Amino acid sequence: MTLADDSPRTLTATVEPAVTDPPAAVRPPRRRGPSLSRNRWGYAYVAPFFLVFGAFSLFPFLFTAWVSLHDARLSDIGGGEFVGLDNYAALLGNEFFWNALRNTITIGLLSTVPQLCLALGLAHLLHYKLRGRTFFRTVMLMPYATSIAAATLVFATLFGRDYGIINTALEAVGLDRIDWESGTLSSQVAIAVIVTWRWTGYNALIYLAAMQSIPGELYEAAEMDGASRWRQFVHVTIPSLRPTILFTVVVSTIGAVQLFGEPLLFGGNGATSGGGRNQYQTLGLLMYQQGWSNFNIGQAATTAWAMFLIILLVVGTAFGVGRLRARREGARR
Amino acid sequence: MLVSRRAKAAAAAAVSLALLTSACGGDAGDDDGGKTTLTLGLYGTFGYEEAGLYDEYMELHPDIKIEQTVVAQSGPYYQALQTRLAAGSGMADIQGIEIGFVSDVVQNHADAFVDFAAEDDAADLQDTFYDWKWDQASTTDGRTIALGTDAGPQAMCYRQDLFAEAGLPTDPAAVSALWPTWDDYIATGQQFSSSPTRPEGTAFVDSPNSVFAPAVRQGEVTYADDEGNPVVEDSDGVQTAWGLASRAAGDGLTAQLGQFSDEWTAAFANDGFATIACPSWMLNYITSQLGDEGAGKWNIATLPGQSQAGSTWGGSWLGVPSSGEHVEEAKELVEWLTAPEQQVKMFVSQGFFPSSSVAAESPEVTGATSEYFSDAPIGEIFGTAADAVRRNPISPYDTQIQDAFSQALTTVADGSRSPDQAYDDALAAIEQVTG
Repeated sequence: MTLADDSPRTLTATVEPAVTDPPAAVRPPRRRGPSLSRNRWGYAYVAPFFLVFGAFSLFPFLFTAWVSLHDARLSDIGGGEFVGLDNYAALLGNEFFWNALRNTITIGLLSTVPQLCLALGLAHLLHYKLRGRTFFRTVMLMPYATSIAAATLVFATLFGRDYGIINTALEAVGLDRIDWESGTLSSQVAIAVIVTWRWTGYNALIYLAAMQSIPGELYEAAEMDGASRWRQFVHVTIPSLRPTILFTVVVSTIGAVQLFGEPLLFGGNGATSGGGRNQYQTLGLLMYQQGWSNFNIGQAATTAWAMFLIILLVVGTAFGVGRLRARREGARR
Repeated sequence: MLVSRRAKAAAAAAVSLALLTSACGGDAGDDDGGKTTLTLGLYGTFGYEEAGLYDEYMELHPDIKIEQTVVAQSGPYYQALQTRLAAGSGMADIQGIEIGFVSDVVQNHADAFVDFAAEDDAADLQDTFYDWKWDQASTTDGRTIALGTDAGPQAMCYRQDLFAEAGLPTDPAAVSALWPTWDDYIATGQQFSSSPTRPEGTAFVDSPNSVFAPAVRQGEVTYADDEGNPVVEDSDGVQTAWGLASRAAGDGLTAQLGQFSDEWTAAFANDGFATIACPSWMLNYITSQLGDEGAGKWNIATLPGQSQAGSTWGGSWLGVPSSGEHVEEAKELVEWLTAPEQQVKMFVSQGFFPSSSVAAESPEVTGATSEYFSDAPIGEIFGTAADAVRRNPISPYDTQIQDAFSQALTTVADGSRSPDQAYDDALAAIEQVTG
């Protein structure tokens, strides 16, 4: 194999282009600029990723846009009459879309806010030197490692109206049974609980990692100024975590907009309507209903693109707000 | 040198790609010691394996091996089938087709399936089936894309032990006499619910859908006009069935369960309800839910309103995709599985009522009784029901329309919607499908 004589050189060229003093004896005379052929091994190694990305991400992405401009059926995805932006106009005039958007927002708030607050608190607690904290950290991540389907099926059973353990417990303490699935708020709370249960530990670990990089001197200084643990948390920890919090907010928001598996399985019988009054139908579920229950794949593709645009809007706003804040603080200093 | 390096780079990329994709490609071996393997793609419970028909066929044809893959619910099954129809590949040698989407397949995908009407013995073949069963799987220009398996004539199953507790009669003839019409059925429900000795926690009927689904098919029109176009708002079947079902739901006669949900399944074992509309295939479902413990608890009465018209729910076909590799062998197997002799076996052992008129008229079927259902004369009950059935046209959207109504009825039952609001909800949901 002549592999060996190639690789060190290309490694230097691709990974560390800034290195100015390579061993001169190994380096052959420069024949061309840092062109395609010089870096070919690098390109060769990244090619599979980009090919797969192209086939399974970029192509579907563009194809979905194409489909959304057609009156296409599931059994004839590539066909159907070209209707321009009619599907988008229909979506904006569709009460099911607005209902799903509302539900997505309320479930998103109901799950994201408690989840991130809980995660922050948990991370703060685990930041202390506790006995067996590795154990706690591991346990915290376990819900994240559970499959959505398994978790949701278990929760749906817990929240069951007639035979669910939560209603049994409510009854035992003298409260009324709740028909979790049929109420609007109750069903959304139940779904938010599943999401919160699953993601809190994950976010807590991210916060914990960020906390560990906060310099201890800040806390020492705060302590010398007589700040309590709580004031340290509010005035040292939170400001230092701000970029991390922004990151988790963005990731959770993307997850919330795409919420699908939990509401689908929470219904229990494979119904895609998200309850009798669509009371917990999210955008993801609406898209699935349009495409795979109603077989109107053109409309589903439109909804998918609407979801993508909503995510762009939310993420853009979040970063915009973050940047504005940073600039204002910079100006204040 | 340069060329070879470039080639090496390309080879490296190709190899890694190949490694990535090879896992997806695994081709199923066709030959198993010289045998031809026939695959069936099915949903729910067809019961062929349980009835031993595959084994029997493989014994008759030693060169054939049969494999089936089953998806639990017909909805996801049809989604997968549609994407395969769109791709024109990936289908099994034989595919199950349900009444909920047979019309869609006939109207839009007839070319993808073998035409049984073009067989040499087509006339003889057609003679064994009920006309309506043959017609529902035939295009307007006379192609027949699948052969019928079972039909779903409906009766009303009831818990005779719970009826006795509530002071109602338990004998099938006496129970049938309680409800010549659906109004009488609801009145019986009120009597059951107000009975002082009513078993605690038991509703009269499982779900409003047990009223709606049968009653909607007893009208002159169900969901479609003669051309198969959806005409929900002008359907007398829908109007009558909605009135009855929303009344039953609003009066609190139902257990407020969505059919086929987990809570519904659990309610079978927990005495959650006393009656349920029973298409013949429901017997198999009840038996498999309750096991031996349920033997002798259930009995079967006539469906309310049957003196005017009977009702069906469900029923399936088997089609042979013309893109398959073993089309001839597959056709032969389908013809054998749907032949009268096999349909008789399927009814006697599994409770699937024949879609073959020859089978339905055979003495083994007409004289059949079910020990599990308190020796109910199921052959006579479902035979009479099948004869009384009105053969209304079906639309490609029947499944979604029916789902929209049963979803809306659950909101009437839980009190979150008035019947009128819920009806509008259902129409709005249907508009999403048909509009």
